[in-house]
Amino acid sequence: MEISNIKQEINITEALMTRINELISHYPADKKKSALIPVLHEVQDAHDNWLSVELQQKVAEILDILPIEVYEVVTFYTMFNTKPIAKYMFEFCRTSCCATRGVEDLMEYACSKLGVKEGEITSDGMFQVVGVECLGACGYAPMLQLGDFYHEKLSKESFDKLIEDCKAEKITLHDK
Amino acid sequence: MGRKILLDKANIPGIKTYEVYRENGGYKSVEKALTMQPDDITEEVKTSGLRGRGGAGFPVGMKWSFIDKKSGKPRHLVCNADESEPGTFKDRYLMEYIPHLLIEGMITSSYALGCNLSYIYIRGEYMWVFKILEKAIKEAYANGWLGKNIKGSGYDLDLYVHVGAGAYICGEETALIESLEGKRGNPRIKPPFPAISGLWANPTVVNNVESISAVPWIVMNGGAEYAKIGLERSTGTKLISASGHIKNPGVFEIEMGITVEEFINSDEYCGGMIDDRPLKALVPGGSSVPILPAHLIYKTAAGTDRLMTYESLSDGGFATGSMLGSGGFIVYNDTTCIVRNTWNFSRFYHHESCGQCTPCREGTGWLEKILWRIENGQGREEDIELLWNIQSKIEGNTICPLGDAASWPVAAAIRHFREEFEYHVRFPEKIKDRNHFVAEPFSKVQHLVSKQSV
Repeated sequence: MEISNIKQEINITEALMTRINELISHYPADKKKSALIPVLHEVQDAHDNWLSVELQQKVAEILDILPIEVYEVVTFYTMFNTKPIAKYMFEFCRTSCCATRGVEDLMEYACSKLGVKEGEITSDGMFQVVGVECLGACGYAPMLQLGDFYHEKLSKESFDKLIEDCKAEKITLHDK
Repeated sequence: MGRKILLDKANIPGIKTYEVYRENGGYKSVEKALTMQPDDITEEVKTSGLRGRGGAGFPVGMKWSFIDKKSGKPRHLVCNADESEPGTFKDRYLMEYIPHLLIEGMITSSYALGCNLSYIYIRGEYMWVFKILEKAIKEAYANGWLGKNIKGSGYDLDLYVHVGAGAYICGEETALIESLEGKRGNPRIKPPFPAISGLWANPTVVNNVESISAVPWIVMNGGAEYAKIGLERSTGTKLISASGHIKNPGVFEIEMGITVEEFINSDEYCGGMIDDRPLKALVPGGSSVPILPAHLIYKTAAGTDRLMTYESLSDGGFATGSMLGSGGFIVYNDTTCIVRNTWNFSRFYHHESCGQCTPCREGTGWLEKILWRIENGQGREEDIELLWNIQSKIEGNTICPLGDAASWPVAAAIRHFREEFEYHVRFPEKIKDRNHFVAEPFSKVQHLVSKQSV
């Protein structure tokens, strides 16, 4: 099991718990485990977008399941992060249709502009460039996902603008 | 203009909201359905000839008729909105712009199947669409279309959206069910089929967003009317999500039966090729289906017009045909490198393999690595046979169709574009730049391949 040395502060607020209970109510009383993936999204969003082992254990407690049942799910699905990520993680779709419309060039541009290699986080912890598989935006390529939202039909100019908007804190990552 | 029955109202301002949707005839199919016998609705869907719009094309009415009603166990309808097949982005369009249509279809279909608890499983990346659906469902509850005793009929239905977290495999229906149960998305061995033992071991039907969204129209107008649209066994309309080197990428609703040539070149649809460059290849139904070379796109091998139907796109089998699949229509011009594109697809399948079956888990990795070395000028002549060998050993040897989906694009690329692979192996210096066919398309250098013996 991968153990992170970085301590994560766990804070299950009342608002978060209300939302978790709402999600649990969507399933029969004896099928609480079914709420696991939706609950993990909410918990991750409220904890700097990653899930430490301790936080996963907390989720297991809430859903009355074993920690391993949470861990095996967290490590299967790509949207769950087991390590801290940048504040703004640009997830570029790199599958065929986006590759056809220039995403490889755009990712290179993004990396050189931010001074990082693919996957790396900038030293200030602000930005990260990641390549991911098909995001279902093939007709609006090239594009990236940032938090809960898509930014489509990108150009170098619109990507520059996006970085400026992030720096100016104009970008919302999650719609709560 | 072709007839539209799914997107006909998509451009009405405010159609996302309950009020506007209702003013424009929304939820009428629920009112009508509640006065009908559930099995009569299934019969209408059978008569319509509606085929599953997720990719497999299995008749929807027949799938419904398999659901186990005898055991007395609770039944569930699960909508597959885990749209992840490369090239496919049509369901997102429906849910984003006209969310109540899917909810209306879910209620009508759940009533037909006798389900009292149903779910929409949406991929995690469509998080903002998940929120749109959650809001629309709340509106439907508030207006008495969901919950106990819907509109005084005595019928109860609860409907929720469940969000995934980034796994292509969860589009396979048994993996989707596993994921809905809060587990890893490992497909189940069939039988038992979900119709007998699905979600929480209860009888379950899993249908694609577009399939369910067609049900309200069928209930309102009758299956026979639906069957009049389209051509032969390809009844109705189909959403096609078009991308690649075309002037006007996007989602289009077509009446099945128009020609591929019209679809690519008409201003009503794709609008022709970008910069008017030559068409090189087409993936008509999502990344899994065989790629077609230029001479088999507008015409079948038999010389007839290639049509946008299940039958015509698969005419000639895998030797000279492909599949309508999910309607993920990807168009490539002459600057595309088929080897690089095939490597790209293989990387996708390698990444998305759940790891349960050895041929898929290991084989997809082998395909990706061998394609990568060919694309990077380190390929060997025997690699082409090796690729063929590996893909043939994945196909048919896995629990779910992901293995087949990973094999078919590789097989088709070698079948139709073998010389391009040979060119990569024999002229490594000429393919160093990843955009090697942009300055000099393959058609310009093809003659070199045949001259050089191994």
